[in-house]
Amino acid sequence: MDLLFNIPLHELLGIIGLSLRVSCTALVIATCLALPAAALLALKRFPGRDAILHILNTFMGLPPVVVGLVVYLLLSRRGLLGFLALLYTPGAMIVAQTILAFPIVASLAHSAIVSVDPVVKQAALTLGANPRQLAFTIIKEARYGILSGVIAGLGRVTAEVGAILIVGGNIAGYTRVMTTTIALETDKGNFELAVVLGAVLLSLSLLVNLALIYFQRAGQPLRGAL
Amino acid sequence: MGLTIEVSGISKRYGELAVLRECLFTFEANRTYALLGVNGAGKSTLLRLVALLETPDQGEIRYRQDGRPLQPELDLKRQITLVLPQIGVFNTTVFKNVAYGLKIRGVAKKEMKERVERLLELVGLLDKRDHQALTLSSGQVRRLGLARALVIEPQVLLLDEPTASLDPGNAAVIDAAIQELRERRAATIILATHDYTQAGELADRILVVERGQLREGGPGERGFAVSPPVPPAKPL
Repeated sequence: MDLLFNIPLHELLGIIGLSLRVSCTALVIATCLALPAAALLALKRFPGRDAILHILNTFMGLPPVVVGLVVYLLLSRRGLLGFLALLYTPGAMIVAQTILAFPIVASLAHSAIVSVDPVVKQAALTLGANPRQLAFTIIKEARYGILSGVIAGLGRVTAEVGAILIVGGNIAGYTRVMTTTIALETDKGNFELAVVLGAVLLSLSLLVNLALIYFQRAGQPLRGAL
Repeated sequence: MGLTIEVSGISKRYGELAVLRECLFTFEANRTYALLGVNGAGKSTLLRLVALLETPDQGEIRYRQDGRPLQPELDLKRQITLVLPQIGVFNTTVFKNVAYGLKIRGVAKKEMKERVERLLELVGLLDKRDHQALTLSSGQVRRLGLARALVIEPQVLLLDEPTASLDPGNAAVIDAAIQELRERRAATIILATHDYTQAGELADRILVVERGQLREGGPGERGFAVSPPVPPAKPL
């Protein structure tokens, strides 16, 4: 059996794979929910809109342990959603990370949509766009800003440890992911493995940041040259 | 075929400011009109009202096609297009910018390609078709704006200072494209401009917007179309 830092290689790859699977699934769900919410908040005026925006902005900095606690209480046997039997499963981790990613994606997507130049909206109207086509055009114009929000959300969930530790339980081979393994192995004094996993996480963060810079630049090609 | 536009006693205010006051005029189908007037006279507001982007506070604007009245709904809106001085460029290629109006109308791809390329050639941007539109110069952007409006073959074309602050080369391309449409008598064209020469060369009739009201620009349709006299230079 191949061993790396006293852990079977397949187990190590499993930890990295589960981390990516949980974070990416949470991000996809959060994005699917956040995009319509952001578009609605940016393009429609309705009572309570400002209050929702304030809440969203506040929740961008939600402490992961608080999210973990709330999800734990909801999913525990006596909780409101206890019948789902999700506690200590990857499903519970996905729920927690979705809650963490949603306000970031929604808030940044909202900012991107409201930042679209009003002249561009006017152009779509003068060319005959109906309300649905106008909304689609504005969202399309905001696409690089929206992608930046999605990537910022990915950065948030991949680096997060508090919530998934509480709701996932860090069960070996089932709910153990990179961040919880680093916390555990550091406690055990197995620094080599913790450092290796830390390097993997850092590389992922670097990739995420490079993607973020790319999309932010792509959103404003040579505007200053005009 | 262009539309007849009956402007019937329209007024428009923004807060305390009365921009238009009981304007009354009938723009005949397939004719070209120039609106002259100083900044703030109400030319742009009149164009926005005709383009159905805003509604008048008083009066109404009626649209007729071969004598038949048309309702101000999406179908009518899509027969009217307004080219603003600030062209809102979509963050995509030149081709896709020009194709936008056709795409939202569900025009087939093959026809779209032919029409877009024809217009890009007319405004001298065919070699830029795959360039990012945001990389164009300001003169090229104005040409793009005109091509984007013309490609949908509007029945009413409204142009708000289409050549303001442009170099003679870019202005000539735009003037030629407007002239081509005017000669084909394919649309009712209303052109707001400060350029007396341009108004005289392109318009069948010249109107003046002054203190919120619309009046004929002189007894002859072209009589007004002369450049204002240049004041003699003051001695140093």
